[in-house]
Amino acid sequence: MQTFHTDLLCIGAGLAGERVAIEAAAAGFDVICLSLVPARRSHSSAAQGGMQAALGNCAMGEGDCPDVHFEDTVKGSDWGCDQEVARLFVDSAPVAMRQLAAWGVPWNRVVPGKSTYFKGGKLFEKEEKKDKEGLITARAFGGTAKWRTCYTSDGTGHTVLYTMDNRAVQLGVDVHDKTEVLSLIHDGENCLGAVARCLKTGALRAYLARATLIATGGFGRIYRESTNAVINDGGGLIIALDTGLVPLGNMEAVQFHPTGIVPTDILVTEGCRGDGGTLLDKDMHRFMPDYEPEKAELASRDVVSRWMTHHMRQGKGVPSPYGDHLWLDIRHLGAQHLATKLREVDEICKNFLGIDPLESPIPVRPTQHYSMGGVRTNKDGAAYGLKGLFSAGEAACWDMHGFNRLGGNSLAETVVAGMIVGAKMVEFLQGHQVSYPTNVVADAAKLQQERIQRLIARSDGSENVYMVRNAMFDALMQGAGIFRNGSDLQMCLDTLQEVHQRARQIGLRSNGLGANPELAMALRLPGMVRLALCVAYGALQRTESRGSHAREDYPERNDRDWLVRTLATWQPDSELPTLNYEPASQVWHIPPGERGYGGGKIISADSKKQ
Amino acid sequence: MARNLTFSIFRYNPQDPASTPHTDTFVLDETNHMTLFIALNRLREEQDPGLQFDFCCRAGICGACAMVVNGRPGLACHTKTKDLPDKITLMPLPFFTLVGDLSVDTGTWFRNMAKRVESWIHTEKEFNAEALEERMSNDVAEQIYELERCIECGCCVAACGSAILRPDFLGAAGLNRIARFLLDPRDQRTRREYFDVVGNDQGIFGCMGLLACEDVCPKHLPLQDQLGMLRWKMGWAGLMNLLPWKRK
Repeated sequence: MQTFHTDLLCIGAGLAGERVAIEAAAAGFDVICLSLVPARRSHSSAAQGGMQAALGNCAMGEGDCPDVHFEDTVKGSDWGCDQEVARLFVDSAPVAMRQLAAWGVPWNRVVPGKSTYFKGGKLFEKEEKKDKEGLITARAFGGTAKWRTCYTSDGTGHTVLYTMDNRAVQLGVDVHDKTEVLSLIHDGENCLGAVARCLKTGALRAYLARATLIATGGFGRIYRESTNAVINDGGGLIIALDTGLVPLGNMEAVQFHPTGIVPTDILVTEGCRGDGGTLLDKDMHRFMPDYEPEKAELASRDVVSRWMTHHMRQGKGVPSPYGDHLWLDIRHLGAQHLATKLREVDEICKNFLGIDPLESPIPVRPTQHYSMGGVRTNKDGAAYGLKGLFSAGEAACWDMHGFNRLGGNSLAETVVAGMIVGAKMVEFLQGHQVSYPTNVVADAAKLQQERIQRLIARSDGSENVYMVRNAMFDALMQGAGIFRNGSDLQMCLDTLQEVHQRARQIGLRSNGLGANPELAMALRLPGMVRLALCVAYGALQRTESRGSHAREDYPERNDRDWLVRTLATWQPDSELPTLNYEPASQVWHIPPGERGYGGGKIISADSKKQ
Repeated sequence: MARNLTFSIFRYNPQDPASTPHTDTFVLDETNHMTLFIALNRLREEQDPGLQFDFCCRAGICGACAMVVNGRPGLACHTKTKDLPDKITLMPLPFFTLVGDLSVDTGTWFRNMAKRVESWIHTEKEFNAEALEERMSNDVAEQIYELERCIECGCCVAACGSAILRPDFLGAAGLNRIARFLLDPRDQRTRREYFDVVGNDQGIFGCMGLLACEDVCPKHLPLQDQLGMLRWKMGWAGLMNLLPWKRK
């Protein structure tokens, strides 16, 4: 078996992974990134709208500062975030944007003079200042007090990822693409690297590293309908959970984005609404101001998605062969705006829906989009439970998002966390040595080799991997969607446990040779079902509504009993995760209060004392 | 009227000693809004679980799924079956190393390209975390973005006669990358330094001018203009190099 030695192993070569890699490479360490796809195809590239950072350059961002950004982020999280981490993030975000500018990102810039913009359906005028000319500009996003989202048209993730990978090439970061990681190698105390399978040849490889980073993004593909790329199957979370030592945080906190297109579930950016697009129902009525007079379409995503679902349940959805949907209307923004600021949206509408967004509204509905949960880390990005294991980006529960993240805060998190965690990993590498016991490495590899042989030989059964996956999809649809309740969640959990049994009895129908896709899915699926079980079990136990976690049977946000983060670990051979809880935050710069949108009731933390 | 689609798909698994290059035929009922993403996944799930192909974002953004569809390179994810006849032939992209069936290795080629054209900002300036960002006109930013929209799908290289004749040709994607940095005021490379990279048969002089690159580019990048602009600018730089007092 081919074995690679390196100082730092980054699992994932999207923005968070490469940003950490760059920090370590610049400090003189050897770095290898592993990626399912060429680095530039990582799902970071699909982020359209932008990155939040309180630069305050544009007219509508005047007076912005990290304090205001912090307040928006904490409210957005529904007080579920770690406030120390959120503070670290908002303070560092402006520097990160400027660094990206120096590295080559073609940020849109302030153009001085008067111009018009839309808010909701109405036209307003603003004037950009002469002394800000040529500085990084920003657009509006949901749940923000200021225009704060830095962007390059609607291809922000793409340009930032291309710039990041350019920088990685410049610094000699090695990327092994078409490689999937099957397990971590560890001795119960230290993480020592990973066992991986080459997706060009099918060969197993061992990577031995003094420090390992999990930056594999989200796990949206446990849902049938997700805006996520097909690679977002939670691979990094699975290998962490499978250690039995490393907990995943807040897995029940799953974000549904208001504007996935129908059909195909492809995302159109929140920038559409930020730039003045509106949501209409079957009567072409703009309904969001009825529910949210102040924020309307620009309340936080959890709130907008819930009102959309509620409105469709009232019979106001537009019927279609693919189920009910609503309309996103950007016709009034005009051809020039679409051609410069919303180009990808324009292409997606034309290529996938066959409509021109200048002529016709876009069919949309809330669709699974983001995983607030992930590998639980401390503020340095160090995972709980294993020394030498770190995590950053969507894969991590660092936890600046709590129970709902704001649009533009996750793309920014990738580079800001990458910068901060990268520096901490450099410190760690400077002082940390490990030894690699040959039996530990050999046993980890042998375990994976045997799994593969058993799947090919159908030693454990002949379950069809795709049927089992579909059963997982059905179960999650049943209980773990936008609105949740105890009885549906219990059914979902029971079904998922059956699915988990079936997932252990998969047998291949093809020969499994080379880069066999059925084998890849069969190796991944049992872990995906365990992630689904963490989501469902965490959601069932959490008897309150907070951010994206909306329980119809427990509609109040319960700060008295649930101002905590769920920590899920998986003990070997158990049927369910073990759930523990820790305080949501150690510091409370802003004590729990009203978000100003969403309109939910709150059970106060103080009521405990009375 | 629902159609039955007949797919002829190139098959070869280099890792399977029993496999030889051949074509397999599959029949699939067409559904509304069907794309090749939907069709190929159904074929894998319902008929042949070993069928290899690549998708990633499935939204026309990442470039993973380029293949030759009825003789023409394009992105499978945004190819609608209703725009195709009921006989559909799918082949892997030529030029790139085959992984298996419709899957090819584009990552290695594009990373080498990035190294060859030194695809990064060349500057002596150190980043200063305390300072404001350097100013740039929004027009210039938008011009750079226009060329930055390349998704490295490989269609332009796969469709390129020059690339097939000389595998070291930078291709339209490589020349476009150079053009992107030439536009960027942050990159302090001189004309001469750019000329050293592209002023040869691997670069601008290798192009035979067939210009299929622009025809097949799924992002509709102005690739012909970049080639023309580079030849013009580099032509001048080359001429200047001949004049000893103008050299720099």
